[in-house]
Amino acid sequence: MAPVLPVASVAPAPLEGQKRSSRSVYLLLIPGLAWLAVFFVIPLLTLFMTSLQKESATKPGTYVFGIQVSNYVDALSEYWPQFVRSFVYAGLATLIALVIAYPLAYFIAFKAGSWRSLMLVLVVAPSFASFLLRTYAWKTILADEGPVTSTLNALHLLPDGRVLNTGIAVVAGLTYTFLPFMILPLYASLDRMDYRLIEAGGDLYASPVKVFSRVTWPLSMPGVVAGTLLTFIPAAGDFINAELLGSAKDRMIGNVIQTNFIEFRDYPTASALSFVLMAAILILVFGYIRRSGTEDLV
Amino acid sequence: MSQGGGPAKSDRRIEDLRLVSLTKQFGDHRAVDDLTITIPAGSFFALLGPSGCGKTTTLRMVAGLEEPTRGQVFIGEQDITRLRAFQRPVNTVFQSYALFPHLDVFENIAFGLRRRRVGNIDASVTQMLELVELGTLARRKPAQLSGGQQQRVAVARALINEPEVLLLDEPLGALDLKLRRQMQIELKRIQSEVGTTFVHVTHDQEEAMTMADTVAVMNAGRIEQLGHPADVYETPRTVFVANFLGQSNLIVGTRSSSGEMLEVLAHGVPFRMPESRNVAPGGGVVVGVRPEKMTVLDLADEQRIPTGHNSLRGTVTDVSYTGVSTQYLVETAWGQEVIAFEQNSIVGDRCAVGDPVVLHWAPEHTFGLDPAEGLSAGIDPSVLELESEVDA
Repeated sequence: MAPVLPVASVAPAPLEGQKRSSRSVYLLLIPGLAWLAVFFVIPLLTLFMTSLQKESATKPGTYVFGIQVSNYVDALSEYWPQFVRSFVYAGLATLIALVIAYPLAYFIAFKAGSWRSLMLVLVVAPSFASFLLRTYAWKTILADEGPVTSTLNALHLLPDGRVLNTGIAVVAGLTYTFLPFMILPLYASLDRMDYRLIEAGGDLYASPVKVFSRVTWPLSMPGVVAGTLLTFIPAAGDFINAELLGSAKDRMIGNVIQTNFIEFRDYPTASALSFVLMAAILILVFGYIRRSGTEDLV
Repeated sequence: MSQGGGPAKSDRRIEDLRLVSLTKQFGDHRAVDDLTITIPAGSFFALLGPSGCGKTTTLRMVAGLEEPTRGQVFIGEQDITRLRAFQRPVNTVFQSYALFPHLDVFENIAFGLRRRRVGNIDASVTQMLELVELGTLARRKPAQLSGGQQQRVAVARALINEPEVLLLDEPLGALDLKLRRQMQIELKRIQSEVGTTFVHVTHDQEEAMTMADTVAVMNAGRIEQLGHPADVYETPRTVFVANFLGQSNLIVGTRSSSGEMLEVLAHGVPFRMPESRNVAPGGGVVVGVRPEKMTVLDLADEQRIPTGHNSLRGTVTDVSYTGVSTQYLVETAWGQEVIAFEQNSIVGDRCAVGDPVVLHWAPEHTFGLDPAEGLSAGIDPSVLELESEVDA
């Protein structure tokens, strides 16, 4: 032990040390803030400026500085069906992913025992192959003469007689792509849950169904919210699945933005669409979080 | 307590809990081994044992959280072995409580009633909150409660369902010593008010003895001894019980004479005990005596030993003063260390290290055990390890 010193001479020292350490805590934020400024705030501002540009009077096909709010109105009136479709597809994919992921996450968290690590690795394993490659693989799997389509056709389950180049294929692709982002947060929240709470529910006269609806489900809400957001947000902006697995009728807003940027070089429209997409997702997410009331959970 | 007492003290009849050849096998490990006991209705029954002795598994089989490999569980005449947990008239106070974190105190307590669609939930919950003295905290979340308060919510949540049997799985383990004492008294009060059968699992022997009217000492899936706490303590029937429940001095000897008073010769020293207090079947007998039954005398005062008492000479090797009592370690002529407690009520000097002393005690405080078990059964393995380290 250090020798005991008079209090007066010792007391100021730790205070000073504390001040210095709290200042250095802010210093730690600088790299992150700089990154955010350079790669997020500045591009966002540029994007916003672009979204208000107007076509040059002298050089058609190029755009100059302006404040043309009608860009937004035009973009929305022309492309609102793709917007709606994006949210419907993303919503469907999110729901299906939740239905698939929840039992799986529950199993891994509570029943897998020593298989747990292996199962988690298997959940992530497909990500080791390129996302593009996997989507191309789905093209083969769902092809018109492929086993999936012929089986479904034999059962007369397909109205159009095909899967590829339909909305079904796009939703299936979206579900597949973002499934791990649903499973992992669900698993994390279920794994954190004390299994004795489930036993306590049973002990207190709740049938397995009631235990699920009154105990397990509410307590896994943080995982459900995180999982659905991590699935819905990127799915709503995705364009690869619709591009590769859908037809021209199944185009999502991501495809529209992409073609406007790359093919039509209509930067203001593409930027305006990007902004609307961002705003729409923000509003949806905000409303969703407030409704699900997750801030109330421990 | 307010009139009406606990909500459970109505006219209903509580029935005995009976376990018949209850067995649980986990792979190669037999956690509970052919357990048959009857726990009388309305009793406070403690299952006491070291960790891994099968006491919690037994409790979980009664609750329906674990399926027995063999055997049956009865409440009265009803066989509940095959019923699922939610179908059993049994409720559990879980270790570390397992309160629902997303529900407030009121809803935690009301949970069981809501599932069974019992009417007048508000009145019952309010009455229950009073019984456990938590009336003002009804709208708090479990995370906002202290350990003792959470514990009482857990008890209330189980008791409100008026179970035939309340199971308590180490319910006080998470509390500090002072609070634990307080909750022990509280639980006893609640039990006597509601009259439900309490089955309490614990590894704390003091807790079991203070609270229960029947204690069952469990070891390796079997019950070693069952009875009133004082009887089990005063007359242990196995080395395990003698060591696990309190402390004992055990000396190995051989029977030298029989009759109503049995005499055992150990290392040349004769010890006497009533034959009724001996359970050793053959000639080998472990002579046992509790440390507080022995009186420490200076060797010079040997003639003051009452006639008929057992006595044992030795040298004091350690004296520790613990406030209420003084603990002496005394080494016998053959090198065994014997422990004796003396109440600090004597006037004058205590014995000191190195003093030659003589220990004496009444034959009626002596017990005889079967030496087949060895002498270290029931001693915490970590203590044994420590001792061998010290010896080395």
